[in-house]
Amino acid sequence: MRWILPLAVIALLLVYPFVVNSFWLVQIGGRTLGFGTIVLSLVFLTAYTGMLSLAQMSVAGVAGYATAYFTAPTSGVGLLLHWPLALVLALGLATMAGLLIGLVAVRTRGIYTLMITLALAMAFYFLTLQNYDLFNGYTGFNNVEPPVILGLDLGANLPFYYMSVVLAASCYFGVRHVVRTPFGLALQGLRDEPDRLRALGYNVPLLRVLAFGLAGFIAGIGGILNIWLNASISPGSVALNPVIDVLMAGVLGGIGHPIGAYIGAFVFTVVDNFAIDFIARERFNTLIGLIFLAIVLFSPDGLTGLVHRAWTRGTGWARRQRGRARETDDIGK
Amino acid sequence: MNTQRFMLGTAATLAALMGSTALAQDGETITIGGLATLEGPFAAPGEDGLRGVELAIHEFGGEIAGHPIEFITASSDGNPDVALESARRLVEQDGVDIMVGPLSGSEGIRIAQYAKEQPGTTFLNGGSAAIETTLVDPAENFFRFNTEGAQWTAPLGGYVVNERGWDNIVIVSEDYSFPYAQIFGFMATYCEAGGTVADKYFTPVGNNDYSSVIAQLPLEAGEIDGMYVVLGGSDAVNFLSQYAQMGGQLPIVGGTNVTDQTVLTTQGPARELLPGILSSGPVSDNDDLEAWEEFKQLYRDYYGDEGLPSPSLFASNYYTNTKAALLALQEVEGDLSDNHAAFNEALANLEFTSPTGTVSLNENRQATAAFYINEVVEQDDGSLALEPMERIESVDQYLGLERETYMELGLPSRENPSCPS
Repeated sequence: MRWILPLAVIALLLVYPFVVNSFWLVQIGGRTLGFGTIVLSLVFLTAYTGMLSLAQMSVAGVAGYATAYFTAPTSGVGLLLHWPLALVLALGLATMAGLLIGLVAVRTRGIYTLMITLALAMAFYFLTLQNYDLFNGYTGFNNVEPPVILGLDLGANLPFYYMSVVLAASCYFGVRHVVRTPFGLALQGLRDEPDRLRALGYNVPLLRVLAFGLAGFIAGIGGILNIWLNASISPGSVALNPVIDVLMAGVLGGIGHPIGAYIGAFVFTVVDNFAIDFIARERFNTLIGLIFLAIVLFSPDGLTGLVHRAWTRGTGWARRQRGRARETDDIGK
Repeated sequence: MNTQRFMLGTAATLAALMGSTALAQDGETITIGGLATLEGPFAAPGEDGLRGVELAIHEFGGEIAGHPIEFITASSDGNPDVALESARRLVEQDGVDIMVGPLSGSEGIRIAQYAKEQPGTTFLNGGSAAIETTLVDPAENFFRFNTEGAQWTAPLGGYVVNERGWDNIVIVSEDYSFPYAQIFGFMATYCEAGGTVADKYFTPVGNNDYSSVIAQLPLEAGEIDGMYVVLGGSDAVNFLSQYAQMGGQLPIVGGTNVTDQTVLTTQGPARELLPGILSSGPVSDNDDLEAWEEFKQLYRDYYGDEGLPSPSLFASNYYTNTKAALLALQEVEGDLSDNHAAFNEALANLEFTSPTGTVSLNENRQATAAFYINEVVEQDDGSLALEPMERIESVDQYLGLERETYMELGLPSRENPSCPS
């Protein structure tokens, strides 16, 4: 029984390209998977360590900028490297950025983590805007295309979609796996009772910093998918709006479970793209706001929470589900 | 119960969202997609731009040679990523035949690249005015019937040297692609005429405190003859106010946005610096250009109180580009077969009277048009307006230089061009 849903999802993901047009394939599908992976890094941090970071888009931006810098130099900025090396560097730098943010934020909790990561995100935005030697300022980088491997152009719609599926699925199952390892259990321990964990001899700050590093790595993968989708990156990609979008998608989908990241990213992308069809063009942002308000109002734990509650009510499986990730009431405590 | 009902509602909404995408074009209908910044700092210009598109379609009675014209819109916030997403939606999802947009410089560069992936759609620019869009590897199906930032300011550089006798200036500018283009055009003729630039000061968009820049500026003319200010909207007002409060009196020439109506209607210390500023651009308030008056009337009749008191440059640019598309469509009687071959051919050879005068395209599908050199003057009623000093006919993409000479100048940036004293 418990395999039916995952199998259905996998089948859906595989068949999806053959039933939709290129817009739904790349702009909705591809974006959901890339953006969703960035959201996943936030959901991982929040659900399993209790820390809410607003800097995940910036970390993704580090990976994106590094990919651009090493694969698509423009007007004297950048250094052309072979693509595997460039990608390793991009992911390495994103992980480093995650670790650094962790180091700065490690002693804070709740709203203070939020503020300090927001400050870091904005600092990074202004750095990209004003630095011309590394980030090429306002213009940023254009024409960042995915590599062609053995004649297979990863930039073409179908290969790009499947690559996104594979990477997103790896990240998703990676997170599901990590939280069951001793490291992941320790993270959940420090989320619930940091003092007890400390008394048991765990190095709590170190665990937190490592969690930020892992989230940075995941966000880096999302960042690379994102830049390949857009083929360009500029300070606008790491400005306040996209930074907040990550949190919105996370809250929409439900920040208590990893799958919420992708559900949130999907709904966010669809609403973002089609709201303008339903209302006068000057007001469509109001509609987007109202939809988000409605979801948060009627289901504080997002769409996954909604489905989860409907499911347990419908099947009476509440007892079996009790051992799973906690409800979101006290996240960010 | 409540949650279940809500879920049903959500599912229904999603289904509706997906259902709406099934609208394919009818055999006869021609769909035009308008892309403009309806969010963010350029929201007001974006709305006015789309008014321009609607106005052009209205002017043709909503149909061309029996083909009804359908108009749909998408929004961006000035960010190239968002513009691309919206363009993909219009082209790949809604299946528009013709796209008009985007509004701002960096968006335009990105959309022109995207045009190459979509040979079955014809792209017309909206208001964006970066140089690179139609200069660097231009797309075959991207047409720009409005002029760009460097063309606007090119006549001004030579003018200040020859008519005002300036040969040493400083530049104060916002730090992004459009001001670079305006400096580029200005300096191309200014340096050629023998002028030098002592220093350039770049400030971020949306800056509030200009004291660090002002501290380095001379307060009156001496060794430095004047300054070239390329700021827009509130940036221009803030800078000029603070400079005036410091007692600054250095004569000013301005980028096109410095003498925009949004700045000229300001009150307070900035206002005393405004009269006498020289600038250049496609429009002059006090020149009774027939085409502009007609356009203004058309705009007012159609929009009444809904629109701006006077159409903005963005309405004019979007209108010009849309009108070009409709005129070309008329010429080929709505024939879009063979990847728009006949239609694109007609567009490339089109010459017509836009609100700012006659416009035609060069081989890069970039407009050649006329410009004014304007001086800000105080009217009898106390308001400020642009008085035409000179009208320069047909300034092309290469600013009147040979193509090779122009290409050697390179692309505009903070450092390029430079002509140090």
